[in-house]
Amino acid sequence: MADKTKQPATVDSKTESDGSLILTYSGRLDCLSTGTVWRKTSHLLHPLPTRLIIDAANVSYCDGSGIALFFSLRLRGLRNHFPVDVRNLRPELVSLLERFQADTFNLRPATAPPQTNLPTEVGLWAWRIWKDVFEQVAFIGELTTWMTKMLVHPRWVRWGDFFLMVERTGANAIGIVALLGFLFGLILAFSGAISMKQFGVEVYVADLTAIALIRVLGPFLTAIIMAGRTGSSYAAELGTMKINNEIDALTTMGLDPVRFLVLPRVLATTLVTPLLAVLANLSGLVGAAVVVLWLGFPLVTFTSHVERAIELKALFSGLVKAVVFGLLVGGVGCLRGLQTEIGPSAVGISTTRAVVSGIVLIVITEGIFAVLYYSLGI
Amino acid sequence: MDSKNLYSPSFSDTIIRVERLTVGFDEEVVLKDISFEVQRGEVLVILGGSGCGKSTLLKTMIGLLDPMHGRILIEGDDIVTAHGETRKAILRKIGVMFQSGALFGSMSLRENVRLALEEYTNLPREAADLIVSMKLDLVGLHGYGSRMPAELSGGMQKRAAIARAMVMDPQILFLDEPSAGLDPITAADLDELILSLSENLSMTFVIVTHELPSVFAVADRVIMLDKKLKKIVATGNPWELRQNTDHPLVYQFFHRNEGISHKKRRTPVNPLPL
Repeated sequence: MADKTKQPATVDSKTESDGSLILTYSGRLDCLSTGTVWRKTSHLLHPLPTRLIIDAANVSYCDGSGIALFFSLRLRGLRNHFPVDVRNLRPELVSLLERFQADTFNLRPATAPPQTNLPTEVGLWAWRIWKDVFEQVAFIGELTTWMTKMLVHPRWVRWGDFFLMVERTGANAIGIVALLGFLFGLILAFSGAISMKQFGVEVYVADLTAIALIRVLGPFLTAIIMAGRTGSSYAAELGTMKINNEIDALTTMGLDPVRFLVLPRVLATTLVTPLLAVLANLSGLVGAAVVVLWLGFPLVTFTSHVERAIELKALFSGLVKAVVFGLLVGGVGCLRGLQTEIGPSAVGISTTRAVVSGIVLIVITEGIFAVLYYSLGI
Repeated sequence: MDSKNLYSPSFSDTIIRVERLTVGFDEEVVLKDISFEVQRGEVLVILGGSGCGKSTLLKTMIGLLDPMHGRILIEGDDIVTAHGETRKAILRKIGVMFQSGALFGSMSLRENVRLALEEYTNLPREAADLIVSMKLDLVGLHGYGSRMPAELSGGMQKRAAIARAMVMDPQILFLDEPSAGLDPITAADLDELILSLSENLSMTFVIVTHELPSVFAVADRVIMLDKKLKKIVATGNPWELRQNTDHPLVYQFFHRNEGISHKKRRTPVNPLPL
């Protein structure tokens, strides 16, 4: 004999002469089998009865889904003005069903999502930009203050953290900066050689690559790598600390998060970025040298052209830019980390903002320096 | 056994059987060779000091950690060795509320609770919505369905996690520290909900908690773990254990305030007149 408790749920209907509808449920009313019966019940309620009687005598098993089905019929009865009578439901389940009052049960959320329109959206957008600018200015001010204080009281800097950051952002980045610098020099020299070959001046590939790398591309490439690698890491690290209330803990202990967390990081990137830029320049020149050798010129030709092309002021102009890039990447990474809000995606958003803001600032600063150096004749 | 009639709850049949279980991490054994059973419809509370392995035991029972040795039979199926569809079938019988709530932060409460219904059932959308509303109502969160988890307090997140855990009406609910961090009124409401589900739906509960008022309110039986011995040192009704125990740890656990001298206890400076 089949186990009655395992029989799937079914519903039978019978319409009385007075317009009453009797729905007889049987079998297992659980969340896996109630769906089919629910749909069938919806069909059986057309046309609407004058009265609905639910007979649950043959229900072998019932869980919250079955209770929800009976409750939905009560709600429908209330909405369409016909009485609903539930019969033969076991006492344990009756008490569960009675926990929900059809007349007061509100399916709509108490807190409706806020309605927005174009002026509101524009206003919110402008307010966010203003807030962001305000926070950036405040952050720059605070950082500048601490850097000034640092000059007077060098012991205020957490030098242990600083050296750790130098290792993480500088020493650990040597491989990737050298590799990308080499490839960049190689590509640049190759691209230049294609055009120069038309004029028979391939040897000037060395001059082109050296000037481009030392003045612009070496520091720029390094800064982009730093933004992707270090800026994002700072934002994620500080963002996680903010979510874990570690920054609040620092504040309540009377320790300034900018001095404690931001200053060592910004100092580290400011120091490390020009050093890595020098490495990127050298690696790029090695890449260019490979192309010049491949074109059939001796190495001495390459070195003499490079020596003649690079002026000392060009080298220093590149390094000054690298210092500023380092300051920007470290600062914006820390700022985005400290701006982290709540929620699981908050750290991801801060990291993305750190990288995007970092790259945008680098490009803008590069443009400003280009105009400045042109005006100064450097 | 799958469809034991819910209308006739009794403690006469075993729904979980833990056999000679040894759990730990790497070489470190946390619990050694423990065995116990949980009856259908029973509310079992796992007690013990910090670090004694309560949460580790719970995680092993729900299949998140592999034991070093032993079996965990849920309605006769071993969750340790089960794979594929068998494991899925076992997991459908259980619901879990984690200590932190573990709600999906990118989903609203309604979406969190509805997820399992969408994945496992063919319920129409309106039915799933109504069930979700009813579950949220049961845990006192009616009207909060559109909120995101980050917008709720810790206690509300826990209650939402319970709603999510019981949306499929599992036969067994595992709750890890359900009352921790809740105010006494909310904790009492939660206790009432557990009792109601246990009595009305014959749901089985395995609860890890430190909250003694909750233990006395809901537990049919407790098992107490000992960190040093790495085993169960007491099992039984909490009221009986409180009265009749000769085990020092159990005594200390249930009579913790009695160890504090009267001088050290806080007394009101200006007692209110009665």
